Amino acid sequence: MIQKIVVGILLLTGLTSCQVVKEFQKNRLNDAEMVLGNRKVEKTELSFQSYREGAAGANAGKSGGGCGCN
Amino acid sequence: MKKICLTVIGLYIGLLAAFSQTVQDSSYQKRRLKIDEINLVSSYYHQNGDHAAVTGGIGSQKLTDLSNSLEVKLIRLDRQQRKQTWSVDIGLDHYTSASSDKIDPKTVTSASYADTRIYPSVSFSRENEKKGTEWGGGLSYSGEYDYTSIGANLHGSKKTANKMGEFTAKGQVYMDRISLIYPIELRDGNSTDPLKRGGDSRNSYSLALSWSQIVNQRLQVSFLLDLIQQQGYLSLPFNRVYFTDGTVHVERLPDSRFKIPIGFRANYFAGDRFIFRTYYRYYKDSWGLAAHTASLETSIKLSPFYSLSPFYRYYHQTAIDYFAPYMTHAPGKEFYSSNFDLSQFSSHFFGGGVRFSPPRGILGIQHLNSLELRYGHYTRSNSLHSNIVSVHLKWKG
Repeated sequence: MIQKIVVGILLLTGLTSCQVVKEFQKNRLNDAEMVLGNRKVEKTELSFQSYREGAAGANAGKSGGGCGCN
Repeated sequence: MKKICLTVIGLYIGLLAAFSQTVQDSSYQKRRLKIDEINLVSSYYHQNGDHAAVTGGIGSQKLTDLSNSLEVKLIRLDRQQRKQTWSVDIGLDHYTSASSDKIDPKTVTSASYADTRIYPSVSFSRENEKKGTEWGGGLSYSGEYDYTSIGANLHGSKKTANKMGEFTAKGQVYMDRISLIYPIELRDGNSTDPLKRGGDSRNSYSLALSWSQIVNQRLQVSFLLDLIQQQGYLSLPFNRVYFTDGTVHVERLPDSRFKIPIGFRANYFAGDRFIFRTYYRYYKDSWGLAAHTASLETSIKLSPFYSLSPFYRYYHQTAIDYFAPYMTHAPGKEFYSSNFDLSQFSSHFFGGGVRFSPPRGILGIQHLNSLELRYGHYTRSNSLHSNIVSVHLKWKG
């Protein structure tokens, strides 16, 4: 419990110390490989992982539907 | 002189007319839908193992899957200069499965030995850059021999005033229909279980919430939380379960499952050449399964247009409360499964990718914006292993 509180405080402290980044300063953040999500090339990997593993979700992908029977 | 003046005035009016026409054309063009990008993703997947659920937790899990999807993204600006995006996606998978052939081992090949799945979808979104808002929705369909799924979703997002943070909410519904194809020896009244006939439904409802935040010029993070409820026939009708008394039954699982995955992503651009993409997820559900997922991918930019991306992913899960291996289930239980996808295991997934995005386009074709190749090897602590190769080709308008 104490660990969770410490992690929470660290995260909040980190986020409140965020800098304002202007549009012209976002060249690195806008790089195609900096995208905060799954890339298109990972599509089938995510699909087989959701079928072969019990956990799914929290990855901005599909969280239901489909059989995954085989 | 008079002629010259008239000629100059005529030319001036002509020029005005020409430019005013151009402006009209330009604003008209902006409101027309145009192709923004086309994405083609193809993958080849192959797996093997010796814990097939169809044969009660023993037997070959050999499977191959050839997957192709084509997405066309169209954009336009509306009268209020809001960006509208339409996306049309069609996917086609063809797979062969050795275990499906054991639903009826007497036949040369059963109905599900090889199958094709088709999954089209369409989505729409509208972004107001001034207000920092976006909303949209989509519809999807997936169909194969014994399974159909219809999905719908709505989403909305709002950026903070300084555009450093963004909150997104997405609601999804999937209405699935499964044909009840039982193992051959349990059909036609041969089973002691009260088996249903025809088909049954399986519905999924989810709410996905996320907060993404720019921390500085090199670091951005996001927090993800999903709430997922599944209801209906959540077992698979052709999965056998062998009991300690030698009897065989069809897998039986509860008709409700609630899942909570919580995720965190952080992407960091170090120097001018390295990008670190990290991800962690904790997952828990009402069937007693808990899981941890952690991954790290490093993109190494050999030049602004070429990069290499080695990656590693670790995954660990506990078993569901109703799992037991082949012939270890005691009679008298309400729910039971020998599906090793729901057993306790750890897995490692590692490989690498290469990305080309030359300024003059792939093979000198300007609109072929980028090509990405990726290979991954997956190994699970309970014998399953697989390989996957994927390619992504992007056409940019």
